[in-house]
Amino acid sequence: MTKFSCADGIRQAIDEEMERDPDVFLIGEDIGESGGVFGVTKGLYEKYGPTRLWDTPISEEAMIGAAVGAALVGARPIAEIMFGDFVVLAMDMLVNQAAKTHYMTGGRLSVPLVVRMVTGTAGSTAAQHSQSLESWFVHVPGMKVVAPSSPEDAKGLLKTAIRDPDPVMFFEHKQLYGGRGGQVGDVVAVEPIPLGVGRVRREGSDVTIVSYLKTLEHVLDAAATLEGEGISCEVWDPRTLVPLDREGLRRSVAKTGRVVIAHEAPVRGGAGAEIAAVVAGEFFEHLKAPIVRVGGHNTPMPYAPELEGYVVPGPERIAEAVRRCLGRA
Amino acid sequence: MTDSLSDKPVDKDEGLQLYRRMVRIRRFEERASQLRAAGLIPGFLHPCIGQEAVAVGVCGALGDGDVLTSTHRGHGHMLGRGADPARMYAELFARSGGYNHGKGGSLHMIDVQLGFLGANGIVGAGIPLATGAALQLKRRGGGSVAVTFFGDGATNEGSFHESLNLASLWKLPVLYVCENNLYGEFTRQDHHQVITDVAARSSSYGMPGVVVDGNDVIAVREVTREARERALAGEGPTLIEAKTYRHRGHFEGDMGRYRPPEEVARWMAHDPLDVLWGRLVKEHALDEAARDAVRADVEAELDAAIAWAKEQEHPAPEQSLEDVYVDSIGGAALR
Ligand SMILES: Cc1ncc(C[n+]2csc(CCOP(=O)(O)OP(=O)(O)O)c2C)c(N)n1
Ligand SMILES: [Mg+2]
Repeated sequence: MTKFSCADGIRQAIDEEMERDPDVFLIGEDIGESGGVFGVTKGLYEKYGPTRLWDTPISEEAMIGAAVGAALVGARPIAEIMFGDFVVLAMDMLVNQAAKTHYMTGGRLSVPLVVRMVTGTAGSTAAQHSQSLESWFVHVPGMKVVAPSSPEDAKGLLKTAIRDPDPVMFFEHKQLYGGRGGQVGDVVAVEPIPLGVGRVRREGSDVTIVSYLKTLEHVLDAAATLEGEGISCEVWDPRTLVPLDREGLRRSVAKTGRVVIAHEAPVRGGAGAEIAAVVAGEFFEHLKAPIVRVGGHNTPMPYAPELEGYVVPGPERIAEAVRRCLGRA
Repeated sequence: MTDSLSDKPVDKDEGLQLYRRMVRIRRFEERASQLRAAGLIPGFLHPCIGQEAVAVGVCGALGDGDVLTSTHRGHGHMLGRGADPARMYAELFARSGGYNHGKGGSLHMIDVQLGFLGANGIVGAGIPLATGAALQLKRRGGGSVAVTFFGDGATNEGSFHESLNLASLWKLPVLYVCENNLYGEFTRQDHHQVITDVAARSSSYGMPGVVVDGNDVIAVREVTREARERALAGEGPTLIEAKTYRHRGHFEGDMGRYRPPEEVARWMAHDPLDVLWGRLVKEHALDEAARDAVRADVEAELDAAIAWAKEQEHPAPEQSLEDVYVDSIGGAALR
């Protein structure tokens, strides 16, 4: 049996892109010889050495700033934010610099940068090591936002992100990394996957559940349960939040007429709010029922497993949201 | 102060060229001020009048492949590097013919060909960017350096400290040039940090820190040359502190009333243009006619630049939707 996790997909994408282009380099905290906190960069230092993997001091602003500055003069850096929560220390370099440079300069400069952000709860990682901040970047013009939910998608989308000429925020869910201690899996060939193309993960006819990252797995579990109740769920993964595959979303909504949106990030102001607005504003004629959003409660992430389990939407809450959407609650 | 460096005789032609560059910056700024008052410039202006010697001295020591980042007070740096005043004025006028096609203005101006990676509206932001550019220059095999200008106020930002640490650790070819004009906006240096010499901060990062008279263009050029050679030799970054003063307010419209008149008078008497001219007179017996000739030349050049800039078109409103992405993926990323 093939062993291939998201961590493998990401590592292989980085490896293959580094091999292809000498201007691709990695910069981050403890990503080099140690192979990373989650083992994602394991083996790369041995292969490429210190001029391709730059272990920075604990200086997120300088790290991202250095990546942006290098990108301005021809590099294709991949920066890793060890826990996505720490990106707040580098926000100026991302929001005011990387995202706006191409625009401010009238198109004369660009920032081909990928920032990999380790996202979501790993289980009791609590309030400062668990956040899902993707919607912050969805709001910033000039950035692209990628959130893969499968190892193949992670690999194919990261390859595209590295080749993309714009800054790409690449979200990786800790629970999708797979395995402990970064066991290295098999190499699986995956072609680059274009940004802005969603994917139907499960076909169905009664309701479209839009989801991404780890939550999509819970959605698939919920869909299996609901099938037993005679509810046919289509599960649609946008894969990239910017750009959003409106056409793919429209096709699914046209088929089912009902939409539930599920993500781990807090519901308020989450990416689901934007998706709901697109559906309601642009595909209204297809809708048979109000859109239902299910997501993290509007709290920081708690520590206790009981509390965390209550805040993070799992299969139960997702199934319940679907029943509500169908008027079967 | 490293006055001794500037005691060497100045070559006449070289001196005249440096002088001309400083006059160009001074007059560019003075005329920009008038043009703003006349309603041609819609945005912010932070004039660097009084600080010309830092821009011209530093840029005078650089090579073709070097890259620079700058600040909100960046016109001098850009002109010092050789930028075209016409395209600069066009950008200030928010015209399509400007350096940034009218999308940037004073705070974001760039000239990619000159390696001028941009002014910046965020205090301290150019520092990590230049550090990263230096990283890529080093990866590519050397021969060039990155230079970043910033003010005394910026040295209280985390970006300054994080970057200096990183650059010294990795021995990056980068020159950190602090223009200490004794104020961060309306706040005097002794109200924003207890040190008087910003250069002292270099010791925390194990790099040389040099204080130089920022109104002596020759001295600035000499310390920059030394720092650049160090960087190219793989010995890492240098922190240069150029002591200087802005003659005007923080931005156009600020009268600078928070500054004691005696202090202003003292610095006005140490005008960087006069400092250099005094030496040229002493060493080469140049007369007022020579000075007038430079001024007339620069004036004619700026007349032509302004005339050209005024002729440039205003951008079409819908051009606001362009350049958000290099590849908007068929427009999808804009929706
Ligand atoms: C991060 C940030 N904080 C505050 C400001 C507002 N601001 C613009 S210029 C300035 C003063 C900067 O002082 P200094 O670095 O000494 O440069 P100078 O203006 O003296 O050239 C301030 C506070 C800003 N633009 N960016
Ligand atoms: Mg200052």
